[in-house]
Amino acid sequence: MSDSINNTINSEPTSVIDSGFTPVEQNLEFGSQSKLTQYLTFSLNHDEYGVEILKVQEIRSWEPVSRIPNVPHYEKGVINLRGAIVPIIDLRERFGLESLEHTAVTAVIVLQTEHNGKLRSLGIVVDSVSNVVDVETAAIQDSPDFGARVNTNFIYGLAASNERMIMLLDVDKLMIMEGTVDPV
Amino acid sequence: MSIDLAQFHQVFFEESFEGLDVMESGLLNMDVGSADAEEINTIFRAAHSIKGGSGTFGFMEVSDFTHVMETLLDEMRDGSRQVSQKGVDVLLKSVDCLREMLIAIQNEQEIDKERVLTYKHELDEELIGEVGTEVVQHADPVIPADNKQDQNPGWHIVFSPHRHMLKLGNEPLRMFRELDELGELVVLADDQGLPGLDELDPEECHLSWDLKIKGEIAEDEIQEIFDWVEDDCDMAIQSLADRETSRAAVDEVETQSNVGISAPPEVGDGTSEVAEKEIPANKVVEKKSKTTATKGSSSSIRVDTSKIDTLINMVGELVITQSMLSLMGEQFELEKLDQLKMGLAQLEQHTRELQESVMNIRMLPISFVFSRFPRLVHDLSSKLGKQIELKLSGEQTEVDKSVVELISDPLVHLIRNSIDHGIEMPQQRVESGKPENGTIHLKAFHRGGSIFIEVSDDGKGLDAEKIKAIALERGLITENEKLSDLQAYELIMAPGFSTAESVTDVSGRGVGMDVVRKNIQALGGNIEIRSELGKGSTISISLPLTLAILDGQTISVGDETYIVPLVSIIESLNVVPEKINCVLGKGETFQLRGEYLPVIRMHQIFAIEKPITTELTEGILVVVEAQGVRCGLFVDDLLGQQQVVVKSLEEHYRAIEGISGATILGNGSVALILDIPGLLRLSVGAEMDSAAVA
Amino acid sequence: MASILAVDDSASMRQMVSFTLKGAGYDVIEAVDGIDALTKAKSNKFDLVVTDVNMPNKDGIALIKDLRGLPTYKFTPMLMLTTESSMDKKQQGKAAGATGWIVKPFNPDQLLKTVKKVLD
Repeated sequence: MSDSINNTINSEPTSVIDSGFTPVEQNLEFGSQSKLTQYLTFSLNHDEYGVEILKVQEIRSWEPVSRIPNVPHYEKGVINLRGAIVPIIDLRERFGLESLEHTAVTAVIVLQTEHNGKLRSLGIVVDSVSNVVDVETAAIQDSPDFGARVNTNFIYGLAASNERMIMLLDVDKLMIMEGTVDPV
Repeated sequence: MSIDLAQFHQVFFEESFEGLDVMESGLLNMDVGSADAEEINTIFRAAHSIKGGSGTFGFMEVSDFTHVMETLLDEMRDGSRQVSQKGVDVLLKSVDCLREMLIAIQNEQEIDKERVLTYKHELDEELIGEVGTEVVQHADPVIPADNKQDQNPGWHIVFSPHRHMLKLGNEPLRMFRELDELGELVVLADDQGLPGLDELDPEECHLSWDLKIKGEIAEDEIQEIFDWVEDDCDMAIQSLADRETSRAAVDEVETQSNVGISAPPEVGDGTSEVAEKEIPANKVVEKKSKTTATKGSSSSIRVDTSKIDTLINMVGELVITQSMLSLMGEQFELEKLDQLKMGLAQLEQHTRELQESVMNIRMLPISFVFSRFPRLVHDLSSKLGKQIELKLSGEQTEVDKSVVELISDPLVHLIRNSIDHGIEMPQQRVESGKPENGTIHLKAFHRGGSIFIEVSDDGKGLDAEKIKAIALERGLITENEKLSDLQAYELIMAPGFSTAESVTDVSGRGVGMDVVRKNIQALGGNIEIRSELGKGSTISISLPLTLAILDGQTISVGDETYIVPLVSIIESLNVVPEKINCVLGKGETFQLRGEYLPVIRMHQIFAIEKPITTELTEGILVVVEAQGVRCGLFVDDLLGQQQVVVKSLEEHYRAIEGISGATILGNGSVALILDIPGLLRLSVGAEMDSAAVA
Repeated sequence: MASILAVDDSASMRQMVSFTLKGAGYDVIEAVDGIDALTKAKSNKFDLVVTDVNMPNKDGIALIKDLRGLPTYKFTPMLMLTTESSMDKKQQGKAAGATGWIVKPFNPDQLLKTVKKVLD
């Protein structure tokens, strides 16, 4: 018996972190008009990174992807996210790091940005997700040259939180697929 | 209370644009010698509606302009004016002008007043020229005449309705109530006219009344109240102050003293304005750029209510099936398995029907696209001095709305090509024994699971040799390549090709057939060229009925699943080793009924790890065809056939050569839909690489 | 509340008339031409008919004539929406049985005033 339509009969996404956090952009006036932005931090190769919480669509645990042929090795394929097709990239490989087998805490952070009125999503595979931190805009430092360690193109600044150094990722840059022109 | 009329503007614009289209096609189809009165009436009505609406919604310039057109058309339809080609042409240009006015207003831009005036002048000339009537500006909205009577202490009115007045829905009491609002009213009924009971017709009015109204009231205020029944009653009005003079109210149709309501039509200032203004005759250049009215791109769609009704019925059935299944689910026992299966089968059927119905809603007749062509052909052929007739067939063929929107430009290009390069000048045609009038036939029809659109002309056809020579010149083919005529024709769609000696501004805008083909392919369609030198050409476009759903054959390579569009599949077979050939630099070929088809190893071009087999004889060869080229896809296994919903990969991610889209399978995983031409290109590329290495 | 049949082949006019009259509390049913109107008139009883004259399939005047032939509509007020310049239309309308007319272009207030006059 052949199916007729493809319905997306999908179970609910499994979230590593219960969506207990609600993205809130706080504008606290601190004399020098500093702004507070919230970042979701995650771990990759023992380093801490952060992405703006407003650009995080959701967090999922690792799941197998449907492979796409003839794309850069770090583009792992796509997943079905409640009927939408979302590309997944392995962030380790994207940064030129050694890739690892997934573990119980490996997570996929689904990012979403808007460009020219269109919404685009991208899932990044990270070692584990940490938490949400507040960062004062004024406190963001320029990223120094790490040498060949990490591709600094994607990092637009450093922030400190709880004695950890967090590398803040430029999500829009991540969205651009190698070999394509402007994100459509 | 004030109602904001702006909320109706959009509808007014939409229907006005439609009306303009009706006018345009009516004018184009008009047989000047023996014009059909009903045809003219249709055009007239369209103009009349636009005039009415624009007046109501305050677009006075539109109203004024349309009024002149309407006047001209009115004379044509009642026979007082002969339909002339010149008149039709002037009207056609006026339709353009009107369209531009409406677009300008809709986009809140300035109307090109000079242009409007120019065309109005032309219309006026037409009007004055032949029949000699004066240009009549439309009357200003009702202005109570200025003959203000001296204020009166009141009036004495004797009001005798004619017998039938009630049958007009006019109720004397209503009029008296109105009078009552003007002043102090005393009413006396006069029943002298009442016949005996047996003669009494209850539906007729046998009474008359004697009314006295006191107050400072102008006579025309009284007249206004009885305006509607002027001819259906006898009325005598006498000023209470002046009992000597008695005047009979207007009784008869002819004697219109018009003491009040309708203002006489004013011969407008238009004429003097026109005389003063210096009209540079050729200043208004035919504006080529037809600003596309926003009507086409409005994201709304007109749907036949019957389609909606069908939809409602289907949803109803679906709900019933769903509750039945739900009930079963609540108290399920294994014995009920068969019932469950039946229920699921029903669900599948209902869902399928529902799906078809919904897609049907998005279907529009292709006439939406075809409608602009008569005008295009008319204008372009005149411009080039050619005589061309456009025949349309299958305009009612329905296509998905998105197809309608995207197929328009390619078709325009093809038709322009036919007119520009296909159809010869009348002289030439006669010399070759063809009728002076060239014909372009635009056809649309359904066949199989696709819709076909064909543009055929009886022009000079394509010269395969000439094409091959040019292709050779441009390095698109090599000396030794043997090409059939069909293959030669395909060359004109190769990028960088153009047989036009001089790029005319008509079609050679650097757009080219290659873009047309790309656009058609982007829609999932195909384009084929057939031609006969000296006789004509036919361009055939095939498009999927809908872009969103595809019938597909699922195949597996390794642990990956792909979908091959069913329309591309010729057959599938097991590979027989004898039929395989290996050509250096060209890869493997498979012999099928005398033809040699390239073999595409899916596991290779998609770099799939762990295919089940790399031995051709152990897998399956799926023979597919696209763009006139056939090839065989070597896969591990054939899975089922199913309908899939096509999702764009490019939109969400990136474009991939060999992949036309993605879909979500029943098990939730994502399967990629193969694009045959792309696979071929990949394969050729791979072969060339390996040949280079060798 | 009184019910009105509004007939006009122009959607924008229909909507405007309908909106205006509904806003004043009347029940309004729209029809797109004479035939549509006749069908609706037969299955509903309207207290007033407001109709455009120039329409395809059956114009306003033919509509009024046909309506007058129906027993339930013998005395129902029927108003024509007519343009200023068509005097003869008014006469034709009257001959067909029209109660009166409203001159186009009109604004919503004028429409309401006239309808109120006729219905109250």
